Amino acid sequence: MATETAVDVVMPQMGVSVSEGTVTKWLKREGEQIEADEPLLEISTDKVDTEVPSPASGTVVQILVQEGETVDVGTKLAQIGGSAGTAPAPAPAPEPEAAPTPTPVAEAPAPAPAAAPEPVAEPSGNGKFVSPVVARIASEHGIDPNQIPGTGRGGRVTKQDILAFVESGPAPAAPQAPAAAEAPKAPPAPTAPAPAPQTGEQVEPVSAMRRGIAEHMRRSLDTAAHVTSAIEVDMSKIVAARAALKKEFQSAYGVNPTYLAFVARAATDTLKDYPYVNGELRGDSIVTRNYVNLGIAVELADGKGLIVPVIRNAEGLNLLGVARGIADLASRARDKKLLPDDVQGGTFTITNPGGYGTFHGTPVINQPQSAILGTYALVKRPWVVTDEDGNDAIAIKPIMNITLTYDHRLVDGAYAGRFLRDLRERLENWEGDGT
Amino acid sequence: MAELTYLQAISDALRTEMRRDKRVFLIGEDVGVYGGAFKVSLGFQEEFGPWRVIDAPLAETAIIGACTGASMMGLRPVAEMQFADFVSCAWDQLVTVAAKQRWRVGTPVPIVVRLPSGGGFSGGPFHSQNPESSFAHVPGLKCVCPATPEDAKGLLISAIEDPSPVLYFEHKHLYRRIKGEVPEERYTVPIGKARTHRLGKDISVITWGAMVYTADEAAQQLENDGVSVEVIDLRSVMPWDKAAVLDSVRKTSKVLVLHEDTRTGGFGAEIAATIAEEAFEELDAPVKRVAAPDTPVPFSPPLEKAFIPQVEDVVAGLRDLAGY
Repeated sequence: MATETAVDVVMPQMGVSVSEGTVTKWLKREGEQIEADEPLLEISTDKVDTEVPSPASGTVVQILVQEGETVDVGTKLAQIGGSAGTAPAPAPAPEPEAAPTPTPVAEAPAPAPAAAPEPVAEPSGNGKFVSPVVARIASEHGIDPNQIPGTGRGGRVTKQDILAFVESGPAPAAPQAPAAAEAPKAPPAPTAPAPAPQTGEQVEPVSAMRRGIAEHMRRSLDTAAHVTSAIEVDMSKIVAARAALKKEFQSAYGVNPTYLAFVARAATDTLKDYPYVNGELRGDSIVTRNYVNLGIAVELADGKGLIVPVIRNAEGLNLLGVARGIADLASRARDKKLLPDDVQGGTFTITNPGGYGTFHGTPVINQPQSAILGTYALVKRPWVVTDEDGNDAIAIKPIMNITLTYDHRLVDGAYAGRFLRDLRERLENWEGDGT
Repeated sequence: MAELTYLQAISDALRTEMRRDKRVFLIGEDVGVYGGAFKVSLGFQEEFGPWRVIDAPLAETAIIGACTGASMMGLRPVAEMQFADFVSCAWDQLVTVAAKQRWRVGTPVPIVVRLPSGGGFSGGPFHSQNPESSFAHVPGLKCVCPATPEDAKGLLISAIEDPSPVLYFEHKHLYRRIKGEVPEERYTVPIGKARTHRLGKDISVITWGAMVYTADEAAQQLENDGVSVEVIDLRSVMPWDKAAVLDSVRKTSKVLVLHEDTRTGGFGAEIAATIAEEAFEELDAPVKRVAAPDTPVPFSPPLEKAFIPQVEDVVAGLRDLAGY
């Protein structure tokens, strides 16, 4: 049915949260004939790429938005004229913001003909409609539903589809490891063409590791109830112990007894008394362990990524063992020689941003773990000490701030506080552990 | 346990309560000498006497008015509307007086109004209606709609015990068609608690009364297609078991609400709206209603069949949801 009057084609609303779209390709030129429902152009939004069908049959009278331009939802993109009025419009220079242009073919004030098709609620469209439950599951798992093959009407992703995808998805243990590249998840097709770089900008592709980190970090924040508690630790005894051991460790074993190794050793001991900090909320169950697989966050060169290799059964290692484990993992991480097993199965993670002087932070929990310990710069600070007679004095002490960021769904504040207190007591009263 | 028809289970509940509690009495048109239009109270006048099984004049407003007064004086009246349709005559006594009394002055009004309802036997526009949604909308009234003989007995006893006016919708089409095991002893079925008639995982059907059986047959057909359908029998529409419905929706994410009453303003609308409000993020398809069209119930058998939701209508609705 050819329309007698001109019909506007507007940028469709492709999702509740989508406010604009980019014209990627016109499939018809001005003056060409088009049938109703025949694809007229391709658009791209931050959610999907799709074709826009013509709302009417007739001639493409005018194209108002050029390829590559991004416009708000509802912006007039083109005009389809009735078969009678094929006179080409006195093509004004394309105005991206489409002021209401004179409609050369309108014979009567046309009641806006039921706008453009609305793919939002139209399940037949391109199968891009996301049902509420699918949206919720996708958001809980940090998944883009458009990556999942849909079996519903018109290719829609059903609840079963996304649940199956979650089931078979990449193991959640260490998605940011290079090993995660083995997951068959194809990098999501670039959905929207990135805007062309401005002068002075440089563009590099997102690496698989960066994509994994991005997804993993976002998902952790969407999953856990992050809370951070901090404690100040007088490291005097550790400083002394380290000075005493350093030479021997280096000459006999070639290992540096770092402060991190001391903290890791003390934290592993403390975890025995706080199983939830070393635990996991898994579905409807709480999982605790009689072992500690200690993840150590290691930065790769030049900000190219972060990896968390794991010291297995850290509870069975003395200080030397822990120090050796850390040194080994760090060097293999930097040389890209870690094996998939090295980055999986962690139960608790330590991150050490203190090497650059930071004194506090709120790390992101490494899912599905329940807590991450942060160690910060060791600094000499004036410290109130009390002597045996109860007199207060100010002394200079090496103080380290340590944070525990925990998932409040499983670990309560007082419990975390007691963990930190016990950890501090272990460090402040360090007496060696048989190394 | 004995196997009783739905109708026998109703009689059994009445007899049980009248034998154990002298405050319980029956009143209605032809309930005495004739034993009731459907013979629910057959033999009752012989056993309990004319003062406890009272034949009333053709005046529903008088029947409900008498019940309301008697209940305020401490009795436990059970009224029978010969057909649920006739309760419209008693609207004022029920809605203006009985429903408000407890809220207005604090006196309980423990009356039960039995309402033989529903179609399927060419009874036409005055003898086939399902007016539960009209009364569910009136604060102060309770509405129960048993589907099985066991529930028919247990819900009637609960209704007689209840301090509020309870409208007891007994579906005529189930009277002699449906049989089931019914415990011989006295028991109650709580008002406001749904029952899972059939367990399933892909689609939920929320329904009550005779439609439970329609839903079950449709579910059986879908089962053959590999689609697992859960059938929730609400048993009471006011109060209704929101928690059970929402639990089922959380499991299946697809819902079909089915009732024999007409569509617009039917109680299914309330259920669908509640699901949209409280379980929106659980839905994987639009909530679908299958109900009668917005017309009076036709006499003509083919037209009545077109009017009352049939198994094939429910199957079509379920298939649509399954394929969504």
